[in-house]
Amino acid sequence: MTPLLDAQGLCKKFGAVTAAWGISISVEPDAVVGLIGTNGAGKTTFVNMVTGYIKPDAGVISFKGQEVTALHPRQITRLGICRSFQIPQLYHSLTVLENVVVALGIALRNSKRSRWARAPKFVPGHEAPLMAAAEKMLDRFGLRQYRSSLAGVLPEGVRKLLDIAMALAVKPEMLILDEPTSGVSSDEKFGIMDTVMSAVRSDGVTVLFVEHDMEIVSRYSKRVIAFYEGRVLADGAPAHVLGDPDVRKYVVGGQVAELAGSKESARA
Amino acid sequence: MKRADSTLVVLVAALLVLLVLGLLLPKWLFLLTLSLGKGLVILGLLLLLRTGLVSFGQGLFYCLGAYAVGSLGQFLGIKDMLLLLLTGVVIGSVVAFLLGFLMAKYRDIFFAMLSLAFSMILYGLLVRTAALGSTDGFNVPPPTLLGRPIGGEAHQYALFAVACALAFVAALMMHAYFETPLGRLSPAIRDNEIRVEYMGASVRHAIHVKYVIAGALAGLGGALTAMTVGHIDPDLAYWTTSGEFIFVAILSGTGSVIAPFLGSLVFEVIRTYAYQYSPNTWQLVVGSALLIVIVFLPSGLWSVFWYLRRRGSP
Repeated sequence: MTPLLDAQGLCKKFGAVTAAWGISISVEPDAVVGLIGTNGAGKTTFVNMVTGYIKPDAGVISFKGQEVTALHPRQITRLGICRSFQIPQLYHSLTVLENVVVALGIALRNSKRSRWARAPKFVPGHEAPLMAAAEKMLDRFGLRQYRSSLAGVLPEGVRKLLDIAMALAVKPEMLILDEPTSGVSSDEKFGIMDTVMSAVRSDGVTVLFVEHDMEIVSRYSKRVIAFYEGRVLADGAPAHVLGDPDVRKYVVGGQVAELAGSKESARA
Repeated sequence: MKRADSTLVVLVAALLVLLVLGLLLPKWLFLLTLSLGKGLVILGLLLLLRTGLVSFGQGLFYCLGAYAVGSLGQFLGIKDMLLLLLTGVVIGSVVAFLLGFLMAKYRDIFFAMLSLAFSMILYGLLVRTAALGSTDGFNVPPPTLLGRPIGGEAHQYALFAVACALAFVAALMMHAYFETPLGRLSPAIRDNEIRVEYMGASVRHAIHVKYVIAGALAGLGGALTAMTVGHIDPDLAYWTTSGEFIFVAILSGTGSVIAPFLGSLVFEVIRTYAYQYSPNTWQLVVGSALLIVIVFLPSGLWSVFWYLRRRGSP
């Protein structure tokens, strides 16, 4: 099977700091991959290179067999990679529903290539399918009760969900989630991940997510890639990677003990 | 959906009221037509403001529309009202399309100053062009409608009726535009440009399109003004003209596509009476009016209707 995303030998330096040093990762379609590493390990740099925000100094990135290394974020999004943000990027003066409608509208414009289909229509009610799709998206993300609230005044967990719903509304083939549970209380984080994963997986979207919380990583990912000092330290099944001595030493640190403890308490 | 209907109802009602009002108050026709013409320019400004852009140079397209009408009438003998109005739209949109390649790269104060610069370049050129009457400008011959010359009050009413129809259609189209995917990008771009790009839409392209629409409306407004006033001069491109459009846009508020026309009418009435009763201090009156609106209605005159509606529905 040809990989969906194929990154080979990515290098990136910011002045004297080497953020990526020969990162090679390929992701099969339908995968759920957790990216872990301490701050500065190169996770975010990798995500930013894949989504076109920064260009690698060396290396090649291909998506669906097409090279995307030098493309603009907008072009990469149109090819099928969409991302959410660690700090939710919302349209704060619009309602939750309108935020999703904007995203769906962009997807609609990008999907229909003919001039006529993209031209504005002055027929009342022609937008009904778009509105229905937006309502459905709100239901899938459990955002119905916030439908008419302004995005600027939402609680953090809801902002996270909306941010991801907007990314999914663009109809990507690969979704990159940047720390989906950061800034969210520990009671809420599993609820958020359950909601997001069921919505995303029912669309058959391939998921890459950056995460610091090892509980989340071990529970939701099918494959884990550990970063350390701009390199890939380990890559494989969650149990294998999280059990790797180097990963335990450099990446996971204190969280392993916590994780073991919580697993035992969960069993009990 | 409900909101769309109410805008449509208000627009149709306003159109009918205006057409009857024009018949009953022939002395007001000049002021009404002028406010509709300027309202069209401000409608374009509303689109830009909703996108987070302040153009301090809509006078450029306004003046071009007016001079196109004047020149065609004066030098080529083309006097058909509808053809001349179309010319205003075409010249406004073509020039906005060309400048848009540059303008769409800029935001905030840079966008405002660049637009101001372009309008002042036109002003400078017109002031030095003797063939177009330099600072004095020249008179616009009265237009004909559908091949028939119209004179006196009938002429004024015909022009007014055409202005009403244009304002109605423009407001309705703008209202529908805000409900389309491209139209919805306006507030999205204002709020978070980066997210728009990461969703796969081109901000620069969207701004370019909106700039052209605003230019076309300003050109149309200028064409209408030239025929209403019957005289044009370079002041149409001067920065105070563009500043007045922004002034009235703020006075009106950006809450509805009807607001620019309401605000424009209120402004012209205040100015006319202020000028009549205190010729030396009329700016003081107009300035105070804006101050009162900003203090008590920060979202513009239109927000009065929000408060009324909120009070109406418990």
